[in-house]
Amino acid sequence: MRYSGFKVIKEALTGHKGWKPAWRDPEPQAHYDIVIIGGGGHGLATAHYLASVYGQQRVAVIEKGWIGGGNVGRNTTIIRSNYLLDGNEPFYEFSLKLWEGLEQDLNYNAMVSQRGIMNLIHSDAQRDAFIRRGNAMILNGADAELLSEAQIRQEYPFLNFDDARFPIKGGLAQRRGGTVRHDAVAWGYARAADSRGVDIIQNCEVTGFRIENGKCLGVETSKGFIGAGRVGCAVAGNSNRLMAKAGMRLPIESHVLQAFVSEGLKPVLPGVITFGAGHFYVSQSDKGGLVFGGDIDGYNSYAQRGNLPVVEDVCEGGMAIMPMIGRARLLRMWGGIMDMSMDGSPIIDRTHIAGLYFNGGWCYGGFKATPASGYAFAHLLARDEPHETATAYRFDRFRTGHMIDEKGMGNQPNLH
Amino acid sequence: MIINHPLLGPRDSAEFVYLGAAELMNRPDPETASAEDWHGYAYLRDNPAGVHRELWFHEGGDRSILIVTRDTTTHEISAVELARKPRAQT
Repeated sequence: MRYSGFKVIKEALTGHKGWKPAWRDPEPQAHYDIVIIGGGGHGLATAHYLASVYGQQRVAVIEKGWIGGGNVGRNTTIIRSNYLLDGNEPFYEFSLKLWEGLEQDLNYNAMVSQRGIMNLIHSDAQRDAFIRRGNAMILNGADAELLSEAQIRQEYPFLNFDDARFPIKGGLAQRRGGTVRHDAVAWGYARAADSRGVDIIQNCEVTGFRIENGKCLGVETSKGFIGAGRVGCAVAGNSNRLMAKAGMRLPIESHVLQAFVSEGLKPVLPGVITFGAGHFYVSQSDKGGLVFGGDIDGYNSYAQRGNLPVVEDVCEGGMAIMPMIGRARLLRMWGGIMDMSMDGSPIIDRTHIAGLYFNGGWCYGGFKATPASGYAFAHLLARDEPHETATAYRFDRFRTGHMIDEKGMGNQPNLH
Repeated sequence: MIINHPLLGPRDSAEFVYLGAAELMNRPDPETASAEDWHGYAYLRDNPAGVHRELWFHEGGDRSILIVTRDTTTHEISAVELARKPRAQT
């Protein structure tokens, strides 16, 4: 069933009796060509591109809870492609281009809003670094714009420009960045994949892998054994737990990242602002809430909730750069579990087990990567070779010294 | 989280810097370790969901390093001890 304006009008005139569930609820078959573990944004996107771009007919997505119940429903919805390093920027720019065509591709309103993102500059050194980053973005086909203090005063007059420690001296803007309605991404991909015959199997937990002679033959689940030609794992946040069932240790730790939303307000904030020096970023949702966050808590956690010191730190950052935020009441706060990798960059690669593939290590940047991650993982699963934008996301980069460390922090996952 | 420091009593976890899994104290022997041993030590983690022994550095206090046994699914701390190097075998 295609969605359209005519369809909405027709249903409005006929009592809304024609709407059907957006995807089926099938029982698992005995065997699929490709089984994807994890019904989050990345897993569902992988299934969609496997079916729509790579012509795969027999694909299943297995999800232990309900689809979109993990990090794709817990993030702060920002999309951007403002990375510096060669291993990253072409991939994230590919992702941003896919976002730009996403709604037509899926026939689903994901509320992609290119309202722009701006990183604040407070010092000469930071300006130099951001000019370098902006040039790297432009060289990779992305857009970047250096803003003066006067330009920012015009666009965001309410910011605290004259803070003694972090006076605002400029900014690096990416106008094509913005926000997306995050739940709609999961639902849109699920509906599109389902319409091409992908089985989405919810409430089905993987309990183990069937591996014989170094080859993965399928997965053991709470609904029985499901055979598979190839198995793709996309369960960021729980990657170590899942891959341990295949006997693997990963270059990843799980950390909790908190996010916050205020009560609904009239429009006050046109774009996304990041105050990196103060560990704070903020945007305003279409519903009116100020959505903001900061650093990860910094210790291993699977708890999906954080602790108060980071709450204080984030709120201090907000008050320092945008004092009017103090007039808004905090409505909700929550936590999500991040795959923090050893260099701050993700992994999309084969494993040492034939037929078993891995997608994870997204740190706190997985949402914006959703389309390209799905596309590149689908390419890897269908062709058994990396997508051209994801060739650097290898497991063995830690062994060979080809880390992609945007922040230059080394193997300290809680500092990325 | 409150960390019950063995010498100083209950302290706010915000005074500490988290340094990772306690197994990082077991550094490979540079005389005999292979590149593969170092790769495993430096980059691979068990990252369990449940009981985890980990290092917390009391940077805002007495600068001791503690081994905290904590459940990563609930944040509940069950044991705190001073981190000490294993004595050299003679």
